[in-house]
Parts: sequence; structure tokens; C-alpha cells
Amino acid sequence: MMPLAHYLILSAMLFAIGVAGVLLRRNAIVIFMSIELMLNAVNLTFVAFAAHHGSLEGQIFVFFVMVVAAAEVAVGLALMVAIFRLRETVFVDELNLMKW
Amino acid sequence: MQPILFYTFAILAVASAVAMVLHRNPVYSAIFLILTLFSLAGFFVLLNAPFVAAVHIIVYAGAIMVLFLFVIMLLNLKRDPVREAGKIRRRFLGAALVLTLLLEVSALIGATYFLSGTGAGGRDAHVGLQSNVSGSTADIGRALFTTYLLPFEVASVLLLVAMVGAVVLAKRKLH
Repeated sequence: MMPLAHYLILSAMLFAIGVAGVLLRRNAIVIFMSIELMLNAVNLTFVAFAAHHGSLEGQIFVFFVMVVAAAEVAVGLALMVAIFRLRETVFVDELNLMKW
Repeated sequence: MQPILFYTFAILAVASAVAMVLHRNPVYSAIFLILTLFSLAGFFVLLNAPFVAAVHIIVYAGAIMVLFLFVIMLLNLKRDPVREAGKIRRRFLGAALVLTLLLEVSALIGATYFLSGTGAGGRDAHVGLQSNVSGSTADIGRALFTTYLLPFEVASVLLLVAMVGAVVLAKRKLH
């Protein structure tokens, strides 16, 4: 029996660490991993609220979040491979194609 | 028993998430992310959602992390000391932003939690094994194939599109 706020604060911490990863790291693969971490923090919130409210909906939405995460990783890593072939790097500082 | 498990998993999850962000080698980052995801699966078991925990381990540790490790090792990135210059200011800025975000979210949660009717000590504010919902495979499957049938099918279309897109992107030349 843990208070709901414990789960929410833990989830907020994991989400903030994911934001830190996106802001601090310049390796695009590690940035993708940080996005995964943020999605998982949200999943933890969903499941905690599902248990809190005694309903199943939160657990169902976790599956859809997982589907989106899997699709994102598949397309994102394919993009990484394509960019690496073109530019020989995945460091986001050197990927200035869409800067103006 | 449950608080001990909660804090063990929480410390493991936060420590390995911090290690994932701070570690220089992306392979070790991936391994620390696996550790975080395993402890999140532990939370799902604590929250009476065993099917979600099983699917979580299968999908993340089994599929996504293998993909990450494969791509990291395929690209074989080398560190360049020129890139490491001038990162102190950016690091400070990022840490400050994250700390602000964390404080804001914690304050929001704390304010909502302690000012609401189901505040500290309230029976409703506790979650765990005593809750009457059971995330068994049968219940999840029944909900997925009745109430959430349309999103389920849309998710399958999304996965198909992502798979085709990944194959197209990974092809060297388009004809």
C-alpha cells in the first residue's frame, strides 16, 4: 500500500531525467533512449492511476503507448542509419540540415 | 513488504536512469536503460498489472533494446575530443531546466495531493495490491477486443506502416 503521490513523484523524476537526456546528450541514439524513458514514466503514471481508480483503462492505454514507442523506435533508428550513411555522424550538433 | 520493494525499485530505476543519461558509452546507456525498464516492470507487478509487466519486458528488453544495441554497434561511433569542447554551459543550462521542471511537477503533485479531500492518510490515496482491479490477461484481452477494438486495429495498421517505413528508409537507393 503505497500512496499514489509516491508513484507520481517517481514518474515525474523519471520524466525529468528523460528531459535531461534529450537536452544534454548529443548522440541521437541516446536521445531516442531518453524519449523511451519519458514514455515509460508516463506508462507508470497510467498504471498507477488505473490501480488507484480500480479501472482497467489505464492498463489498456499502456499498450497503445508501447505500440507508438515501438513504431517510433523502428522509424527513428532507420532514420539514424540513413543519416549516418549520408553524413557519417549521428551527433545532433552536426546535423544542421533543417537549420536556417 | 511493499514499501521495501517500492523503494528498492525506485532507487534502482532512478539511479540507472541517471547513469543512462550521464554515461559516455552508448552501449552502457542502453544496458542501464534495460535496468530501468526492468524495475518499471517490477512497479507494474506491485500495481497489480502482471500482464502489462510481462508485455513490458518482452517488448522493451526483448525487441526495442536489441534494436538499439544493434544500431549502436552497426554505426560504431567514435568519440571526438573536438566535439567535447564548450559543453559546460549547455550542461549547466540543461540541469537548471530539468531541476525547474522537477520542482514544478513535484509542487503540483504535492499541492494537489495534500489539498484535495483524499489527502494524506486518506484511504483512497493508496494504491496497490488491495485495489479490486486485476490486470489479468483475460480482462485485458476482453477489454481490448470489445471496447477498444478500433484502437487495437488502428495500432496494427500503425505498426505495419512503421515497419514498411523502416524498410524503405533503410534501403540504400529508391527506384
